[in-house]
Amino acid sequence: MIDSAAPAPSRWQPAVIERLLPRTPRVISVFLRASLGAREAGQHVDVRLIAPDGYEAQRSYSIASAPGDESLELAIERLEHGEVSPYFHEVARPGDAIELRGPIGGHFIWRREDGGPLLLVGGGSGIVPLVAMLRHRAAVAPDTKALLVYSARTWGEVVYRDELLAEQARDTQFDLVLTTTREARHRPGDFERRLDRTLLRDILGAWRQTPRHVYVCGSNAFVEAVTTHLVEEIPAPVIRTERYGGTD
Amino acid sequence: MPTRGFFGRPPSKEVAARLPPGQYKTEDFPVLSMGPTPHVSLDAWKFAISDGPKPVASWSWAEFEMLPRTVWRGDIHCVTKWSKFDTTWEGVTIDDLFAAAGIMPPTPYLLAESYDGYDTNVPVADLVGGRAMIATRFAGEPLPAEHGGPARLLVPHLYFWKSAKWVKGLRFTARDEAGFWELRGYHIYGDPWREQRYTNDP
Repeated sequence: MIDSAAPAPSRWQPAVIERLLPRTPRVISVFLRASLGAREAGQHVDVRLIAPDGYEAQRSYSIASAPGDESLELAIERLEHGEVSPYFHEVARPGDAIELRGPIGGHFIWRREDGGPLLLVGGGSGIVPLVAMLRHRAAVAPDTKALLVYSARTWGEVVYRDELLAEQARDTQFDLVLTTTREARHRPGDFERRLDRTLLRDILGAWRQTPRHVYVCGSNAFVEAVTTHLVEEIPAPVIRTERYGGTD
Repeated sequence: MPTRGFFGRPPSKEVAARLPPGQYKTEDFPVLSMGPTPHVSLDAWKFAISDGPKPVASWSWAEFEMLPRTVWRGDIHCVTKWSKFDTTWEGVTIDDLFAAAGIMPPTPYLLAESYDGYDTNVPVADLVGGRAMIATRFAGEPLPAEHGGPARLLVPHLYFWKSAKWVKGLRFTARDEAGFWELRGYHIYGDPWREQRYTNDP
C-alpha cells in the first residue's frame, strides 16, 4: 500500500451550486463552488442540508471532478426513498447554497505516483470515484495504462457514457469494457450479463496487463461478487474497495 | 443557514434521542471494507494477544469457543452516517479474555489487528468493564464473513470502524498508535456522541 497520512478534512463551509446536469434518468451532476483543501482522485465529501426548523441531514457523496478541476462535481443518484438525494434532483437550483466538509478518505484514492497499470471496476453509480481517477490520469499521467470495466443495468444508465467512449476513442492507453445486465449490448466487444468469474477472467486476459492497483466500487453485492472472483487472479492487497448498501 | 426548499424527514423524538449528531437510522446492515472480504477457515483461525512483539496468549477456534460467552444488545453507529438500532451480538468480553489469558493490561493502549492487514487503535479503558467483546455471533447466527466473521471486535460506544472485522488479535502498544483509518483522515478516538469523525474534530 502506498497510502500516506491524509490531511484533515475541512470544517463545514458553504458551497454554492453553479450548475446541475442530468447524466442519466437517475443520476445528476451537481457542480459546486467551494474552497476545500487539496483533493485526491477517489475522495468524497460530506454534504449537510438544513431545514427551516434547524433539522439537519448529512450524507457522503463521491467527487467526480479531477483534483485539478476548478469546480467540484458530485454525481448523485436518486434513491427511491431517499431523504437527501431527491433534493438535488427536484429542488436544487443554481445559486442555492448547501454545506460541505471534506475532502475525505485516504485509501480509495489514486495519485500520479501510484502508477499503473490501473484496473477500475464499477457497478452503477459506483462509477463516480473511478471517473475522478480516470480524469486525473488523463490530465497528469496519460501514459499510464488503464482498463475500466463498467456494469450498468442499461445503455441509458451508463453514467458518463459519452465521455468514456470519447476517451477510449482518443486514448490508446485506455480500454473500456461495458456490460449491461438488463439490456442487449450496444457495441461489439461489450457484454450483456453480470460480471461473473468467466467474464472477468476473459476481460483481464484480453487486456494482457498485470494491474498494479485495482479499485472496485459499487453496491455491496456487486463489490462482493467481483472481488470474490478477482482474488483468484490478483493478490488481495492490491485490490481496494468502496461499497454502498449492505445486507438485509 | 437553512437550505432553500429542504425540509427532510426528521425522525420521531424517540428515534432522535438514540441518534448521535449527524446520524440517520437504517434498517439494513451496510457493509464497508478497505478491500476484498477475507475468508478465514475455522481450522486456520487463531486469536492472539501480544505485548508489542511478544506473544502473551493465543486460542484456536475450538479453544475460543470454550471461553465464557456474553450477549450484548444495543445500537451501533458508523462514521458514514448510518446507525442501526437493537443489534444483538454474542461473544467473549475483553474482560473474560484477559482473565482467561491471566493478564493485567501491561499498557493503556492497543491495536486490534485483522486478517486482511487492517488495524485500529482503541484505549484499553474502552475495552474493559463490559464495554467490548470479540463477537462471533450476530442475531443468534454465526457472524457472516461480510460483517467480519469468524470474529470481529465489537466496541459499540465508538464509531464502528473501531470494531475491527476479521480480527486476529490485540497488540498492546506503549503509546496510542494510529491505525489504518486513523492515519487516513479519521479521528484518533471516534466518539459518535461528540461527532469525532475526522482528524482534528474536537
